[in-house]
Amino acid sequence: MSKRKSKDTQWTAGECVSQVRIYINVKYCVFCTYLNPRILIQSVKSAPCYRCALPYILLALFGQAQKILRERYCYQRVPSSPVGIESQRKNLLELLRRTAIHGESNSVLIVGPRGSGKTMLLKSVLKELFEVREVQSNVLLVHLNGLLQTDDKIALKEITRQLQLENVVGDKVFGSFAENLTFLLEALKKGNRSSSRPVIFTLDEFDLFAHHKNQTLLYNLLDISQSAQTPVAVVGLTCRLDVLELLEKRVKSRFSHRQIHLLNPMDFHQYIETTQEHLGLPQDFPDERFAQEWNSSIKMLCEDRSVKDVLRKHFNTSKDFRSLHMLLLMALSRVTPTNPTIKPGDIQEASRLCSMDAKANILHGLSILELCLIIAMKHLSELYDGEPFNFQMVHNEFKKFIQRKSHSIHNFETPVVLKAFEHLQQLELINPMDGPSAKIQKEYQLVKLMLDHSQIMEALQKYPQCPTDVKQWATSAFG
Amino acid sequence: MSRYFTRLRIKRFYSWGGRPHSVNRKLKTFYYDSLCLKTDGLSEPCLIKPGQYVLIEGDDDDFPYVAKLLKLFSSETGKRKLAEVQWFIRFHEIPFKKRRLLGREAHPQEVFFYQDKTCDTEIDAETIIDTVQVVFLAPDGAFPENTSKSTLYVKLCWDMKAFRPVEAEWVQPGPKPAPPVAPPPAPVARSLPTPDVAVMKRAHSVSLRQLSRSVGKLGAGEAESSHSASKLSASKALSRKRRGSCEATPGVRKKLDLSSPGKRLTKDDILDELLLEEVESRVELARRMPASPPQSPARVFSLSPMKVLNKSAVVISPPRLIGQNPPCPTRISPLPKQDSARARTPSLRKESSSSALREPALGSVAEEPPLDQAAMTPRSKRKSALLVSSRIRKQLNLLNTSANPVSDDSEDDCFLPSQEPKSSSGDEEVEEEGSDNDSVTVRKRRQTSHTPRSTRKGSASARTPRRTPSQKAPPTTPRTPRHATPSIPARSLPARKPRNVLEEARERLHVSSVPESLPCREQEFQDVYSFVESKIVDGIGGCMYISGVPGTGKTATVHEVIRSLQQAAELDEIPAFHFIEINGMKMTDPHQAYVQILQKLTDQKATADHAAALLAKRFNNPAPKKETTVLLVDELDLLWTRKQNVMYNLFDWPTRRHARLVVLAIANTMDLPERIMINRVASRLGLTRMSFQPYTFKQLQQIITSRLNHVKAFEEDALQLVSRKVAALSGDARRCLDICRRATEICEYSAAQQSGSGLVGMSHVMEALDEMFSSSYIAAIRCASVQEQIFLRAVLAEFRRLGLEEATFQQVFVQHQALCRVEGLQPISISEGLAVCQRLGACRLLLLEPSRLDVLRRVRLNVSQDDVLYALKEE
Repeated sequence: MSKRKSKDTQWTAGECVSQVRIYINVKYCVFCTYLNPRILIQSVKSAPCYRCALPYILLALFGQAQKILRERYCYQRVPSSPVGIESQRKNLLELLRRTAIHGESNSVLIVGPRGSGKTMLLKSVLKELFEVREVQSNVLLVHLNGLLQTDDKIALKEITRQLQLENVVGDKVFGSFAENLTFLLEALKKGNRSSSRPVIFTLDEFDLFAHHKNQTLLYNLLDISQSAQTPVAVVGLTCRLDVLELLEKRVKSRFSHRQIHLLNPMDFHQYIETTQEHLGLPQDFPDERFAQEWNSSIKMLCEDRSVKDVLRKHFNTSKDFRSLHMLLLMALSRVTPTNPTIKPGDIQEASRLCSMDAKANILHGLSILELCLIIAMKHLSELYDGEPFNFQMVHNEFKKFIQRKSHSIHNFETPVVLKAFEHLQQLELINPMDGPSAKIQKEYQLVKLMLDHSQIMEALQKYPQCPTDVKQWATSAFG
Repeated sequence: MSRYFTRLRIKRFYSWGGRPHSVNRKLKTFYYDSLCLKTDGLSEPCLIKPGQYVLIEGDDDDFPYVAKLLKLFSSETGKRKLAEVQWFIRFHEIPFKKRRLLGREAHPQEVFFYQDKTCDTEIDAETIIDTVQVVFLAPDGAFPENTSKSTLYVKLCWDMKAFRPVEAEWVQPGPKPAPPVAPPPAPVARSLPTPDVAVMKRAHSVSLRQLSRSVGKLGAGEAESSHSASKLSASKALSRKRRGSCEATPGVRKKLDLSSPGKRLTKDDILDELLLEEVESRVELARRMPASPPQSPARVFSLSPMKVLNKSAVVISPPRLIGQNPPCPTRISPLPKQDSARARTPSLRKESSSSALREPALGSVAEEPPLDQAAMTPRSKRKSALLVSSRIRKQLNLLNTSANPVSDDSEDDCFLPSQEPKSSSGDEEVEEEGSDNDSVTVRKRRQTSHTPRSTRKGSASARTPRRTPSQKAPPTTPRTPRHATPSIPARSLPARKPRNVLEEARERLHVSSVPESLPCREQEFQDVYSFVESKIVDGIGGCMYISGVPGTGKTATVHEVIRSLQQAAELDEIPAFHFIEINGMKMTDPHQAYVQILQKLTDQKATADHAAALLAKRFNNPAPKKETTVLLVDELDLLWTRKQNVMYNLFDWPTRRHARLVVLAIANTMDLPERIMINRVASRLGLTRMSFQPYTFKQLQQIITSRLNHVKAFEEDALQLVSRKVAALSGDARRCLDICRRATEICEYSAAQQSGSGLVGMSHVMEALDEMFSSSYIAAIRCASVQEQIFLRAVLAEFRRLGLEEATFQQVFVQHQALCRVEGLQPISISEGLAVCQRLGACRLLLLEPSRLDVLRRVRLNVSQDDVLYALKEE
């Protein structure tokens, strides 16, 4: 605190006040009753003086920094200049520009694995495109998402709505599917290349549209893009590399076969750099000094060996920035005024949380009886090489264990064991082979164990106060 | 539209009213002057006579065809009752594209005088279901306000190409129909005729209408027809023969009839003409002679045009019915009167060449074209016949146009005065007063009565000047369009034009740009063209099945054919036809095909079932005005249903005699009929098939060259590379064009970076080809994360171990852990392993079972093992 105080002369009160929303508007501090003339702005009543407010100000600054970073991680902001995809960006931009300005119809697919920046690419291109005034007033945009518009009927309604055609004929548009289709086709057919406004259709999750009946929507959109009607650009986003094989032959023939691949060929060095960038505070952060300090600490962090190891592991698993964001978000939430920077330990802890095995965690919460059942199942599936088993078999295995080896586990009643078995089923650690509708007695219903042996062993190691005989039973080869 | 009873509900019986008044010995046909129509529910039969306007059973119950009855005769055997008519066309029957020529909203009750040489004017008399009132209005006149449902209005004439004002002659009603069966013997001239009570009771729904500011005529009277199963009566051959013979000696035959002009009638006519000049008022057509013996063998039919002629020629005023009404209704039979008219005709014709010359044109509406058609039918003669007919038509058109100004003038002259309510002559006044006195009763009477007398009176009352102003009202406001078609809003700034060679080339290479010609499909074009043309010319139906892989120009060729045929039709080389296109992919359900066809055909909206019924009716029943319909069914295989009834109907309709439907079906597979169609459908589709072969590289090259059309943007080698590559892969022209477009883009970028030749070269094309055809799997594997790569290796190792191409995740994961240890990496947890596996599954490098199986899900490779090894080894 004292260290901070010595530097405080550089912090102008106005900045703190306006940004941090702590209103220092008193003559006398409520805590120390010390009159600080420099921050005397308005003479009202109760508020702390600057010195007393400092911890709050710091708190607020951390809050601000966290807010900025969290928004960055959660809201998928479009960066001002995406890196590494310049050629694709140029390609797409030119394509859409030609549609917007020359009225040339086009169709294009952006293909890339999840998290490779397809939507970001499209958004940044559209953003740049719409900066041109000529385009702004001309182009109509229609966004569709395969997860939202699950069939053509909904998609058509959505198109009509987004083109703002629904009020042309009142509620008539939303008649039958067939009417809607003819209506829309007629509307699009009426236009021609030079006189009507171009429409840019973006189809997110393009592959899902290919599963619609007859691919009517795709056929019609692509057919329009291949005929002298209203100029359209159909931009599909998909993560499926085989998307063209999904298209029916006539739909495929109408598609222009332009594909933009986003494959994310970045190496580890770039990854680290990007991480650093993602952790840093922007230049326009309210408090310059705070930002500088923060950014230098981040730089130090990224050069740390253990952090590099964690990041490399993460990089090896996935190059996707979304999973990186998860990691950083967890590390960030550990930052407080008392712990003002992200420490390598934070990153490691976050990484541990991220890579934690969910099922092993569940196993930690099981009772001894349930754990014993799991071990019995493990033995059964080893014995029968992954064949399914039923409650009776598990129960027999368990009884054998109790009779032969167990000293600490006493014999449970059958209904109690069945209850434990059902609980495991509810936790989906075991799954019935046939659906719940099958009319077989519970005891004889065939189930399969959904756990790997390594998971069970790992859980046993960490299980608090696990009886040794149970552990031995688990490690022994057969029952 | 008046309500009439559909034949489903009410049976109608037809019989001739009276005995034949004349006989054509050659053809053994008997001509009658009235048709007696007895309806089940009503005890009293009603009479329909030539000159009346009738409704004829058609496709649409709500909108039957409208026509004017010209002749009634029986067939050779005497068994069938036939009629010759002059058609009127409703607005919705006019081809969709031509409707805008009208330039205004059509009045719901509006019909158009139909002038088409090709349409059949002979109908089965038993298809007549009712009479209707038709009123001629001035082209610029307003529609009467409170329109009764049973009155139709004629303003313009439709001659297949344009709307023209109705020429004066046509406004002239036909010869007066014969009087009712049992008229009261002797009504006094111009006195208020006492209506025949019996007759009045019988008829229904003849409503009063007022004709303000317009010349009109009124076909009054309403009849009900009975009967069922009406098809076009006369066998084609017979009718053609008959018509041919009629036409061969029209003048002679007519002259033979002209023996004795009735003196009194000529006088009457003159009197009428004088009267006309005074009155100049809107007239009703169906002011009939109050009485004439039913037996009078009036030969009404073919005379109407001539009479019309002499009226307009002699009196320069619109032909009026009044003029033809003998002032004193006597028992004189119409025969002498008509003879008189006829007697005058020849001389008149000589006097006024314009009108005389026009006569054949008018006549041709009814008589000439069938002759042409008959002559055309044999295929071998088609060409010559076409030539002749077109020459004839041209001549006629010439005459028409030369004649038109005259008639227009005369029309104008007469229309103008007629628009002012005039004080009419004394006796007219008397009549009007008389009718005014009991206007209410008149109205009633007119609604109930059917006799010409009462009609006449009613019309007189309708004309009363006193009443006219009050009933005059602004024309009906145009209804708001029922289905406004929306469109994408227009852009605020115009699209930019291409600026350089590459951009121009790109624009030309876009699939959507319509090429000047379709190269490499000349043979197919010729085949389809001649097929469709022959069907159109012969007025018959047919099916053709066109197959070919996507992008081989099937639809483009058919469209090109239709374009050429439409041009030909515009030049009158072939009859006009109606083109409809449906696409199996552009509908949500196969049954929507009916809805779309119906909507494009008649602009009606209906449910699928109803549309199917309407279409079946339309194609099954004779509809003389029907043009040939060319139906293009794209993506035929999508119309498959389990019962295949949609396809069955589509191919069955063309086989119907009256359908005149040509179906061009397009699909991708050559053996579609054999594969998915049941026998009865495949058999109806017939054997006219055509298959579009994939383009060869030479053809593709030619296509690109012709599209580029001397825009020098490509090196020859580059073009050849593209076309060879595409020809080897698919022969899809779309693909070829897309690659070329992409190559121009690449060229443009590279030109921006370093100065190139400006032409698209091999390297650019190679790059484009790579982009479009190379599989991205290998690149994707190389860019995958380390754990993903290890997982793929683990999959390979596990496959090798198992000797199977499939393993569970659990098994693979064991291998994965081992490999991690070998690589010196920290082993990952199962959760992370599953995430890795899931990511690979999302890119479809792996095929996975659904995720609820967790560690037990099975894993397969979606790429060949060699590819994986190759991709991983490179590193």
